[in-house]
Amino acid sequence: MDLAIEWDQVHALLGENGAGKTTLMNVAYGLVRPDSGTILVDGNPVVIHGPQDAIRLGIGMVHQHFMLIPPLTVAENVILGHETVRAGGFVDQRAAEREVRDLSQRYGLEVDPRARIEGLPVGIQQRVEILKSLYRGARILILDEPTAVLTPQEVIGLFGILRNLAGEGSAIVFITHKLGEVMEVADTITVMRRGKVEATTRPSETNPAGLARLMVGRPVLLRVDKAPARPQRPVLELDHLVVHDDRRRVAVDGVALSVHAGEIVGIAGVEGNGQNELAEAIAGLRPDRGGRVLLDGQDVTRATTRHVLHGGLGFIPADRHRMGLVLEHSVSDNLVLSTFDRAPFARWIIRRFEAVLEYAQRLIKQFDIRAESPSQPAGSLSGGNQQKVVAARELGRQPRALLASQPTRGLDVGSIEFIHRQIVDQRDAGLAVLLISSELDEILSLADRVAVMYRGRIVAILEGDAIDRERIGLLMAGAA
Amino acid sequence: MIAALQSLHLTELGYLTLLAATPLTLAALGGLMCERSGVVNIALEGIMLTGAFVGYAAALATHNLWLGVLAAMLAGMAIAALHAALSISLLVDQIVSGTVINILAVGITGVYYRTYIQETSTVGPGILPTWHIPLLDRLPFLGQIFFQGQAITWAMLLLIVVVHVVLFHTVWGLRTRACGEHPLAADTVGINVYLVRYVNVIASGALAGLGGAYFSLQEIGNFLPNITGGRGFIALAAMIFGRWTPAGAFLASLLFAGADAVGARIQGFHNIPYQFLGMLPYVLTIVVVAGAMGRSIAPAAVGRPYKKQ
Repeated sequence: MDLAIEWDQVHALLGENGAGKTTLMNVAYGLVRPDSGTILVDGNPVVIHGPQDAIRLGIGMVHQHFMLIPPLTVAENVILGHETVRAGGFVDQRAAEREVRDLSQRYGLEVDPRARIEGLPVGIQQRVEILKSLYRGARILILDEPTAVLTPQEVIGLFGILRNLAGEGSAIVFITHKLGEVMEVADTITVMRRGKVEATTRPSETNPAGLARLMVGRPVLLRVDKAPARPQRPVLELDHLVVHDDRRRVAVDGVALSVHAGEIVGIAGVEGNGQNELAEAIAGLRPDRGGRVLLDGQDVTRATTRHVLHGGLGFIPADRHRMGLVLEHSVSDNLVLSTFDRAPFARWIIRRFEAVLEYAQRLIKQFDIRAESPSQPAGSLSGGNQQKVVAARELGRQPRALLASQPTRGLDVGSIEFIHRQIVDQRDAGLAVLLISSELDEILSLADRVAVMYRGRIVAILEGDAIDRERIGLLMAGAA
Repeated sequence: MIAALQSLHLTELGYLTLLAATPLTLAALGGLMCERSGVVNIALEGIMLTGAFVGYAAALATHNLWLGVLAAMLAGMAIAALHAALSISLLVDQIVSGTVINILAVGITGVYYRTYIQETSTVGPGILPTWHIPLLDRLPFLGQIFFQGQAITWAMLLLIVVVHVVLFHTVWGLRTRACGEHPLAADTVGINVYLVRYVNVIASGALAGLGGAYFSLQEIGNFLPNITGGRGFIALAAMIFGRWTPAGAFLASLLFAGADAVGARIQGFHNIPYQFLGMLPYVLTIVVVAGAMGRSIAPAAVGRPYKKQ
């Protein structure tokens, strides 16, 4: 494939997960070796064997998962690997802090050089990452999915910074799968699909629907069609739930919420505000420290996960590799993971494989799981199909409530569309859905009511016309 | 018990505590350099034992105690290099690698001692001389604890400061901590994670080897099978309790060593069976580590091998 990046421009690299955007940029940064082809900087062919070479050529990268060391200070993180040294190998702390301060003033990246990374909000951490690249003299800055962890307001701040840097003569490469952002910030857009450049265009010459078609290769529905909700009786009730995290600190702080049959309640929030702990507590995976969880009127606060699941909860966990699937096991065994030991899949202690196979085949068809056979290991499926296996297992049991945590993370547009459709259809059939997602777009397109979570508390519950992107963004950032 | 404590000479107790803390602190300093770079070093015990043996053998052979000390450190480095190669390059589980080394050290030192040393030598190489700091050693109480001592104790006091400065004020220390917390991040800014880890693991061998020399060349002037008696594990606990800092490791070592010294002094005094008093440092280790474990914050990447893509 060919790609040209120009100076003074924000160049967006748009494509679905797995389209090869990140791989391409890892080649440019020297983390991955190319099989063939050349890289030119200012017209000269260059060889990039590792990050050191890339840095020398003025290429900087802000990774999707920050490459910062939490217990160290901002200044230490910025200079790491390129330290200002005094005689005897001592770090010149003061010079480092001064340099960081100068850089941050010059580019409008406000940050305290002495603060420790672990205490900083994600948006500020990202600034440190950008500073790190600038400190190393980067003129070509690659940002990999930089908005995934930011609140809408932080995104606006980031875009300002990127425009600023481009204005100063840098070249910015902005990797994303979000259409709206591309339209907003890019000068040039390159759309990638399956490792190939599909098109290069400008925001003025295209629109989101056109870009989505290029990304997926077919027309896509960007909005989920759904009728207004008709909520009935409450099915899942949280009564001032308090949950601790792994470090025994309060992660969920008195959450009260009820989810009715026939509605989707979305929990919006920046990741790490207690959503995971909340989901795990409801599913019985984490002991509750206070409050109650009611499922269909039954108190399941102290119930085991098994009891909760058989009591009518469907649970799509946030991390399908770690919790959702046994990757080494077959698709069919994964589909009966929570029901394999009861009729019709077992008689006494003997498993009945015909019944499992029959059931698996039915679900594979119903949920359009693209597997060669039911006995294929789940780990060999694509991400989208793996998630369909999880969804099929949980919805196939016909639960009364569904707890879906980041149900479409890392999936392609087609699979997202399918899973959203399933969730809405099941809602219409009377399912109570609690949707936890850090993708605000997902919340906005699916949820009938939106609860915003910040530092372990539900800071607001919005309904109908009150559901407003900007308002939710402010609430997510704690500015109530 | 109280009467027995009162009858102890406090100055003597302090001096004994500092002595017992010497090998603990040295091994703990080695352990923390190693772990700060991201490699668990459960092999401290084996490294100390090897150091104690090789140091003794070398001193016997060369009739020079200082060459013995040097040999102990080199032997520690060699064993640590084995640990580094196994756990950094060959990606062997670090606990398994450490355990292998501990078992190896007990076996090898035991065999060589019985075959070559036990029968042949009648006169040992002696022990390291005691140095006094003039005037300061006349200070009441403190003078006799801190300002008269043998070489390895002096070295230990100096090394606490050295390790602290290296770890928290030099480029090397910054890079070491980066590798122990987030090796991938260190790699992306061009730090050679393997090199940093190798050097730190081998340095830990030198420190623990010196700690081993304490037993054979400073304390008793002899070698006995398994002479370290699990001090390497207590040093590991001191490192954890001291939160992976040199000063903390020293203070924690003093605590464990104090229990050791009290146990050793008190046994003549009362009708408490001496076996129970001998247990004191080990019991204290269990109690302290069980209490402190949950709250201590280990380097985030410790124990996890780093593999370049």
